[in-house]
Amino acid sequence: MNVLIAEDLYLLRDGLVHLLQAHGFTVVGAVDSGPELLKGLLELRPDVSIVDVRLPPTFTDEGLQAALAARTSVPGLPVLVLSQHVEQLYARELLADGSGGIGYLLKDRVFNAEQFIDAVRRVAAGGTAMDPEVIAKLLASNARHEPLAALTPREREVLEAMAEGRSNAAISQRLYLSESAVAKHTANIFAKLGLAPSDDDNRRVLAVLAYLNSRA
Amino acid sequence: MLRRYGRVAVLLALLAVEVPLVAVSVVMLVLSVALGMVFLFPPQVRMVRRLAELNRRLMRRWTGLAIEAPYLPKPPPPVPQADGLYRYDRTLYKTPRVPAWSDRWKWLITDPATWRDDLWLLLEPLVKVLLAPVFLLLPAQGLRLYALWSELLLGATANSRLAGQVIHLQRTRNLATDSQAAEMRRIERDLHDGTQARLVAIGMTLGAVEQLVDQDPAAAKALLAKARDASSETLTELRRVIRGIHPPVLAERGLGDAVRALAIDSPMKVTVEVDLPQRLEAPVEAAAYFAVSELLSNAARHGDARSACVDISAKNADLRITVTDDGLGGADPAKGSGLAGIERRLAAFDGVLALNSPPGGPTTVTMELPRVLPGQGAGRPSRLPRGKLALVSLLWATAWCPTFPQGFVAAIFKIFGVREKTWFLALHLPPAWQWPTIIGMIMLGLTMHVMAIRIPVTHSRERWMAEATPTRPWCS
Repeated sequence: MNVLIAEDLYLLRDGLVHLLQAHGFTVVGAVDSGPELLKGLLELRPDVSIVDVRLPPTFTDEGLQAALAARTSVPGLPVLVLSQHVEQLYARELLADGSGGIGYLLKDRVFNAEQFIDAVRRVAAGGTAMDPEVIAKLLASNARHEPLAALTPREREVLEAMAEGRSNAAISQRLYLSESAVAKHTANIFAKLGLAPSDDDNRRVLAVLAYLNSRA
Repeated sequence: MLRRYGRVAVLLALLAVEVPLVAVSVVMLVLSVALGMVFLFPPQVRMVRRLAELNRRLMRRWTGLAIEAPYLPKPPPPVPQADGLYRYDRTLYKTPRVPAWSDRWKWLITDPATWRDDLWLLLEPLVKVLLAPVFLLLPAQGLRLYALWSELLLGATANSRLAGQVIHLQRTRNLATDSQAAEMRRIERDLHDGTQARLVAIGMTLGAVEQLVDQDPAAAKALLAKARDASSETLTELRRVIRGIHPPVLAERGLGDAVRALAIDSPMKVTVEVDLPQRLEAPVEAAAYFAVSELLSNAARHGDARSACVDISAKNADLRITVTDDGLGGADPAKGSGLAGIERRLAAFDGVLALNSPPGGPTTVTMELPRVLPGQGAGRPSRLPRGKLALVSLLWATAWCPTFPQGFVAAIFKIFGVREKTWFLALHLPPAWQWPTIIGMIMLGLTMHVMAIRIPVTHSRERWMAEATPTRPWCS
């Protein structure tokens, strides 16, 4: 699987290259500035790219802008955005086009190699990987709304895990539930929120995120 | 017409107050200076100032001439030392009464405006008597003339404006450095108690791992996992500190998007309207951001508001921010320190905060930061009015003529005895008149040059002074 890395800190870039190579990815490029990243995204069309928000030359949100620009010309181009801080505003911008293949994680998630690689693979496959902190904030700003208040604590946990982009199988593993129980909870959540149920994991996640974003 | 005569009559009737006041003032001043009865001085100044203020107000209402008061700002109340005593000069006092009185006295006696007021009062009867014929024949012109006379001695001078500006700047600088020092202490405490302590713990855990790794690899692994979690927590903590110093989204996107991010994170339904032509300077952005952040969290926490509205707009070079919420209202800046903190932060930029929060809501807070938009207002060259512009052009177009041909060249012809007279006026005159005419021509020409340079310079200085002087010295 081809991967492009954009990160300006040498140590972190190097670490990511080694980590990904060790898990069978082919690193087709490792760039350290916004313009190079945009060029790389459009020319190399990697299966997935890992992008730092803050990049030279301006050290503002170059990486994010490059990713958004590339996804406008190539809809659904899988991009996993890494950052030292997460903002719901940026998460919304990344999700705004409604297509999958998007990830937005804190840089510290790289510490847990297994989960990080899982997130990279999910994004490459057209799924989503949202940072738990984004989801927590999203749910917190939705806290006062009726349908969410009606969820049971267990359903809330399932909703959280689902919004992060996990499949039913992953959710069942994490919450120590059977897959059929997760499916039941999911159906309940969709009924309570008034969303149309869907078997496709990715579309389901996007629907949930769109719902939460529209209410906040 | 009748109204004008009425006004003239009021002015003349005021003489009935002014003449006795002159007499009383003279007596009080003589007593306070000659006999050391210094306590008579402040009441005398207060009386004169009250009369002067009345005069300024009347002139503004009758002739539209706004006469700015020239007084220096009042001294701040005395601040006790650490031991609770008040120091004035080299003496310590138990109560603030004496130092406050001394400050007040010094403030009144050193202000040149005090003496200008007295001079005005002394000359006032004379001027009114002299103007009496004009008042009777042309009351409108008479009033105008009288207003100009009042402005001459009662209006603000460049010096008084600058002195006021300096005092104002000193105070805002103190406020700004105080709040900055407090910020620094807070950050230091956060880093010391949070991040630093956690890093020490991680270091100790890693030390333990080093010892355990050979004997008990399983335990070492568990400790490593713990160290990793601790480093994650440290990062979370550090992110919180960074947000408190300068939120990343503010640095990356500017005020508009940073406030939008705040709105998304808020539990209330917040609508944001931003209309800014460009990014603001970083310190202004930060002050505005933290003000909005504080107001929104106040609204959600204390006001129990469900929705709020933030409007950020620019009017010329001024930044105006309005935050409205549908909460309980009844906010009081004296109760919580939040609003006072915002005011302190804004003060560094001459910003003001207006609060309207009736019990039962809604609460509206309007903040204005004057002249903070870069490249607007402050740097704009001031335009001359058309009349002055025409005069300056005329001066430049004609000043050369008396200076050079009629002045210097004629002088050279005269010194070297050249017989040619050409069109030089001085050489056609009788010999006795020639040198005075040449010198007169040179003087005239130079004066014209000087005027051509001076008019635009003084014009823009007036304008600059007006722009540099705060119109609302609210913090005094």
